[in-house]
Amino acid sequence: MTYNLVCGLETHVELSTKTKIFCSCPTAFGSEPNTNICPKCLGEPGTLPLVNMATFVYAIKAGLALNCQINKEVSFDRKNYTYPDLPKAYQTTQFVQPICTNGYIKLDSGKKIRINRIHLEEDAGKLVHSGGNTYIDCNRGAVPLIEIVTEPDISSIEEAREYLEKLQLNLRHVQVSDCKMEEGSLRCDVNLSVNRPGEPLGVRSEIKNMNSLSFMEKAMAYEYERHVSAIKNNEPLIQETRRFNESDGSTSAMRDKVDANDYRYFHDPDSPYIIIDDNFIDDIAKTMPMLPEKIKETYLEMGISEQDANLIIKYKKVADYFSLAIKTGDPKILSTYMLGEIFRSLETESQKESFDILVPYTELAELSNLQKEGKINAQMAKKTLAEMLKSGKSWKEYISKSDMEGIDESTLISMCKNAINENPTAVNDFKGGKEKALKALIGAVMRQSRGKANAVQAEQIILDLIK
Amino acid sequence: MLIVQKMVILSLKGGVKVSNILHLSNLLAHKKISSVELTKQYLSAIRKINPSINAYINITEETAIAQAKKADDLRDTLGGNAPVLLGIPMALKDNLAVRGLNTTCCSKALENFKSTYTATAVQKLFDSGAVLLGKTNMDEFAMGSYTNTGIYGATFNPYDTTKSSGGSSGGSAAAVASKIAAYTLGTDTAGSARQPASFCGVVGYKPTYGTVSRYGAIALASSFDQISPIANSVKDCAIIYDTIKGFDINDMTTIKQIYAPCLDKIDGNVKNVKIGIVNELFENCSKDITDSLHQAIEMYRKLGAEIVDVKVPHIEFALPVYYILGCAEISSNFGRYDGIRYGYKTTKPYKDVDDFIAKTRSESFGDDVKRRIMLGIYFLSQNNFNEYFLKAIQLRNELVSDFDEAFKQCDLILSPTTPTTATSFDYNPENVVDKYKADICVVMTNVCGLPAVSIPCGKDKLGLPIGMQLMGAKNSDCKVLNAAFAFETNSDLKLDPGLGGVTYDI
Repeated sequence: MTYNLVCGLETHVELSTKTKIFCSCPTAFGSEPNTNICPKCLGEPGTLPLVNMATFVYAIKAGLALNCQINKEVSFDRKNYTYPDLPKAYQTTQFVQPICTNGYIKLDSGKKIRINRIHLEEDAGKLVHSGGNTYIDCNRGAVPLIEIVTEPDISSIEEAREYLEKLQLNLRHVQVSDCKMEEGSLRCDVNLSVNRPGEPLGVRSEIKNMNSLSFMEKAMAYEYERHVSAIKNNEPLIQETRRFNESDGSTSAMRDKVDANDYRYFHDPDSPYIIIDDNFIDDIAKTMPMLPEKIKETYLEMGISEQDANLIIKYKKVADYFSLAIKTGDPKILSTYMLGEIFRSLETESQKESFDILVPYTELAELSNLQKEGKINAQMAKKTLAEMLKSGKSWKEYISKSDMEGIDESTLISMCKNAINENPTAVNDFKGGKEKALKALIGAVMRQSRGKANAVQAEQIILDLIK
Repeated sequence: MLIVQKMVILSLKGGVKVSNILHLSNLLAHKKISSVELTKQYLSAIRKINPSINAYINITEETAIAQAKKADDLRDTLGGNAPVLLGIPMALKDNLAVRGLNTTCCSKALENFKSTYTATAVQKLFDSGAVLLGKTNMDEFAMGSYTNTGIYGATFNPYDTTKSSGGSSGGSAAAVASKIAAYTLGTDTAGSARQPASFCGVVGYKPTYGTVSRYGAIALASSFDQISPIANSVKDCAIIYDTIKGFDINDMTTIKQIYAPCLDKIDGNVKNVKIGIVNELFENCSKDITDSLHQAIEMYRKLGAEIVDVKVPHIEFALPVYYILGCAEISSNFGRYDGIRYGYKTTKPYKDVDDFIAKTRSESFGDDVKRRIMLGIYFLSQNNFNEYFLKAIQLRNELVSDFDEAFKQCDLILSPTTPTTATSFDYNPENVVDKYKADICVVMTNVCGLPAVSIPCGKDKLGLPIGMQLMGAKNSDCKVLNAAFAFETNSDLKLDPGLGGVTYDI
């Protein structure tokens, strides 16, 4: 018996606007508690919201990147609930008229995960528990968020992961958010149910606030097993909100309160109905960079492998750099540089994301051309690039004219002859069937030529001579 | 920044004692008196008169003297270019925020609460040289019609201290009527400035919704609230309105448009102006009021206006619409008074944060506030939303269309402001709905966002003032004020509570 997993995701993404959504306080992460605050975001009596139109630009960019329809009339509603980190006792959000609807993300399999809506809203503050006390930090209050809600189109843990990765990728490319789960700028709620094929949908659980991909996978796996075993044993399941327990990878029911809450949504009388005209959307569309899917296509057309292409487009700045370098350099050779020496020099994910390297893309392109034209071999290119990455100097500092002169065939033949004469053991070993011994002979040629010889050519010559 | 308005030549009749802005401004301009002297006169009148009416709940003497000194210095610099309001003492309802001063809304919930910023409308007055004498009494959070639900007690009517001053801006209206402030700002959510103005025999004017920023006016029901001038003359109201109106980046419900000054347009000419009468609004009025209103209508006829009957088909729904939508907005606006960051905190032991909030709110709000919060939660809850909230929204739209239609038939609508003159304090919870019903004439303009002014038009047998209301279409504020001025300038009505406030001979 198989069991279907049916899953939809609600993802909260903090927009990287400089200021908050309903006031002009900065949004900077990691400031001293309660320093990025003002009467407005603290909800001081008498204050009113001031909509930051930049948040509309960001949300529209996100919508365009996720194939959404951008709605022409948008308004804000109040979601009323009481919690100490919410000083107005309501969150201003878009319940009735969200900014974007009807989008999708296409998975590698070709399957589309439909996006029901993207709406703009404000974040709440944060409770900090320390030494038996609870403190309220309102810095995050009114930081702009978009919530991206999918249809229940996800049918496996792998699909959920791929959807989220593609979501991050797209939003980073259009520079709407840094999407850092570890800093909370991307958080995800999982809605999951299980049913037998051909039977109606099962009872839904909502697992709140996933802050890493692996936690999400673990939570989904746990929840799937829990539902399957309940169905097998004919045990009733109830629709509820659950939390993930990092310590043992389980989920458990949250206090009933969240489910029982009636948010009493209604139009926020303090904010206007906003009409978005087509020109506004067109102007934003014009500034949109090429999306990762499209960039990948162009890489594949240039003969770069899908695996390499995926690794390059994963980081916006890497892809930008690479796309510039391949305009004048050799794409395939450049991709080996990127994934080889360059990625090795950037150890962490965040180093790759910020991509601060000392080598200009023009230098890298020139280096690839030298290799392509056979003026230097891969070995020398690699060594040179490693030096350039350390010093930031041009390849010209490391490769001399004579290095690039190469070795004519007669010189190479004589070098090969020398190698054979000086290494009789290796020759014998090879003849005796030890394939590896050939490498020693080629190595000897490389040493003689100080790395300039073409190893493939040398191998052929040696083989001809030995036979 | 300084907002400069031109001086206006006075054309008041002789032989009366007045304390109008225009008159005081003239005295100041001609150095007959300094702002400091004038302010001291007001402060001393407040000390003398306020104990018997309780209009002020906070007298800001230091601020007043400092502002008056500054105004006198500024006048020396500006000379003839001084704004009309420069150096003139006024007061603010205690739900308007002034940086560094208490804003209590006369509630235990905000008893010691200090605002950290100044309301836009108030800042505009300050920029024009206003002198703040103090904060005035009101119903708790502006919920009430008698200024008797706040923690500082009732405000008594200057004409008869056994009677109510009306509410919720009762303190503001009584202060103006007894001449212990040249003018005041109140707020008007469902008649809260016009009804007390009517009870106290002064001019209360609610501008078109969205023409005066609400930033810094502590919200009651956001889509109904409007800061409203209360003064001794129609022109005074026009001066205040001209000063405080305009688009405000801090209030996105303010209208982006060109705001021409109203004062220039007030000439008292109502020839061929069509004044509409809605019969339902005259029902349930006392005979004194009906008689007085009919005399006013006669006067308008004589001045060349045309009187026409108009219909507002959905009029009976105006009050339910206000109470449903208003309470809904209140229930949301009042969630923030949880005692966590500011305001009253429970002194009783509590289990957890929810218990703390529940106890704090139970102890800090009065009955009327609690009643409206609970009603609002009921109207907005999932099970009732369609039946109440949504229906009220639809009916609000119907009422807006009704008035759009009505204002095709006429320029203005004339009605009583209140069905009775000032009432005694007989608050009776079993009679809540009847109390609410008294707001019938005033509530419609808040439901539809229209301008309306209440001006005194007579006295009843007891000598209590009678108020007449003029309503206009959206943005027809100047027209409304002009028609009110036409009556005021042609009427020989003399009203004075005789408490001996600050007045000057003309």
